[in-house]
Amino acid sequence: MHLEDGTKPAAYKKYIAKKIGIIGGMFIFLIFFALFAVSVGAVNIPIPDVIKTLIGGSGTGLYERIIWNIRIPQILTAIIAGIGLAIAGVSMQSILRNPLASPYTLGLSNAAALGAAVGISLFGFGTTGSNITDAVIMENPYLVTICAFVFSMLTSGIILIIAKIKSATPEVMVLAGVAINSLAAAGLMAIQYFVDDTKLASIVFWQFGDVARAGWSELIIIGAVVLICSVYFIWKRWDFNAIDAGDETAKSLGVNVSRVRLVGMIAASLISAVIVSFLGVIGFVGLVCPHMMRRLIGDDQRFLIIGTAICGALLLLISDTIARTLIAPHVLPVAVITAFLGAPVFLYLIVRGH
Amino acid sequence: MNFRVNGVHFDYKSRKVLNGVELNVNQGEILAIMGPNGVGKSTLLKCMDMILKPTAGSVLIDETDLVSLSKQEIAKRVGYVSQRNEVSRTTVFDAVLLGRKPHVGLKITENDYNIVDAALKRFDLEDMQLRRIDEMSGGELQKVCICRAIAQEPNVLLLDEPTSSLDLHNQLEILKIIRNVTEGHQTATVLTMHDLNLALRFADKFVFMKDGIIHDACDAAGVTPEMIENIYGVKVQIEYFKGMPYVIPE
Repeated sequence: MHLEDGTKPAAYKKYIAKKIGIIGGMFIFLIFFALFAVSVGAVNIPIPDVIKTLIGGSGTGLYERIIWNIRIPQILTAIIAGIGLAIAGVSMQSILRNPLASPYTLGLSNAAALGAAVGISLFGFGTTGSNITDAVIMENPYLVTICAFVFSMLTSGIILIIAKIKSATPEVMVLAGVAINSLAAAGLMAIQYFVDDTKLASIVFWQFGDVARAGWSELIIIGAVVLICSVYFIWKRWDFNAIDAGDETAKSLGVNVSRVRLVGMIAASLISAVIVSFLGVIGFVGLVCPHMMRRLIGDDQRFLIIGTAICGALLLLISDTIARTLIAPHVLPVAVITAFLGAPVFLYLIVRGH
Repeated sequence: MNFRVNGVHFDYKSRKVLNGVELNVNQGEILAIMGPNGVGKSTLLKCMDMILKPTAGSVLIDETDLVSLSKQEIAKRVGYVSQRNEVSRTTVFDAVLLGRKPHVGLKITENDYNIVDAALKRFDLEDMQLRRIDEMSGGELQKVCICRAIAQEPNVLLLDEPTSSLDLHNQLEILKIIRNVTEGHQTATVLTMHDLNLALRFADKFVFMKDGIIHDACDAAGVTPEMIENIYGVKVQIEYFKGMPYVIPE
């Protein structure tokens, strides 16, 4: 072949630089917003004190405790869960070739909620009462979390087994997910109908996604899963680009399409299941962040995966900060805000077109 | 370099689609696979690229059996352009850059960018390198897909109905490009086609396929009305006009 006479065109370099610029800009904004988020809340801490405390300087004892025990875990959870949900969403949309695919629409979230409901009502990992700061106190939060995780992974297991029998076509996976979503919703409804008031309250309360639920140990588990799975998706970015160009084209470019689909779905499900089990249902981030970034920087997975991750972190962090400050000292569950904040932005992007 | 298909069989569930297909094509030659809808032309092309694994038989580049190679090694040697192409929100440059995938390790090198640039210039696509492929016409998209296969630097180029759904101007342009690529890059090119007259004008060799086997194989001058009637069940005459053969149904 004689294709040595080309040079990397300047116009293309500029085009790539623009994408990197957008992602870099969002990242810097995320850092600054995170600092701001640490400083605001029920107690407002001046930003210089925040920075002093973070770099190990002499902050006051009260500030130190608030920052390290409350604010930082919550803010990191918002960032990491945002990254996780967004990456799960963007990869599911590629794998399933469907713009509606997300942890929520495929039934993973509802299945986790059903699992939690089963744990609370049938196994009695239930509630003992309530206090002023929390509406409901869970007696055994870890067992509820495990129930939610098991149900969520079972759901993706069923989707994957059906897909495997039908040789992993995207349509089959999406349809199976939608069917299971309805099944989980129906199961949840049935349980809610029969349980007593306190259990009903804790089932409903569990479903309100809330990043304040995670402490350092939960954060480490979520972080590890998100990190490992994200590395996989970034490593396989070219395979996902090839799959976007059609299954046959991808195969002709040497991609093992069924395997990438299968492993990708397992990774995306794992991320979603872990996040939902620890934090409750947080919809919309996984669905909308990929679409926002597709409109901003295009479908190229080399940039889309990282861009979407930062977009997810921003959406969840901003939502959480609003949730904490809107009616302070009371806090709203973040899941309420994500949709209120994300939907108008998303609709604007759709209406504005390309 | 020689590309050879040796007694390839393929079964789809219990239905036999290919029943021992034999063909061979040399570098710098275009071979056209002709035959009615549903005789297994597309399946054969996919078997040639191991997108579908033949149930029996072998596909050889010189003496190397493709079955013995990894998916990536096959992709370095064989380029394939599908009949249907999905479009995503990517630019022409990125779509062609994807053709470098089999050669790329963890990171794209300057050399990969240079090859893409050179390939775009071959196809007169350099002015639209930053246009999005989801906003292109069928003819332009087909050019991009063939260009991607060329950026793959394959020895063998497989094209599934490259001119279907194109207008006359684009049909001729695409076939000229395929001709130039085959000669310029010395690929062994195999394509499927329905338009007999276009095929007679551009291909060097022909195979006529029916019921999963090759009925006749010949060069362009050897095509007879009987071969065509045998395959399509239509009586035709072949007339020459300005030295070019034309198939005219009776």
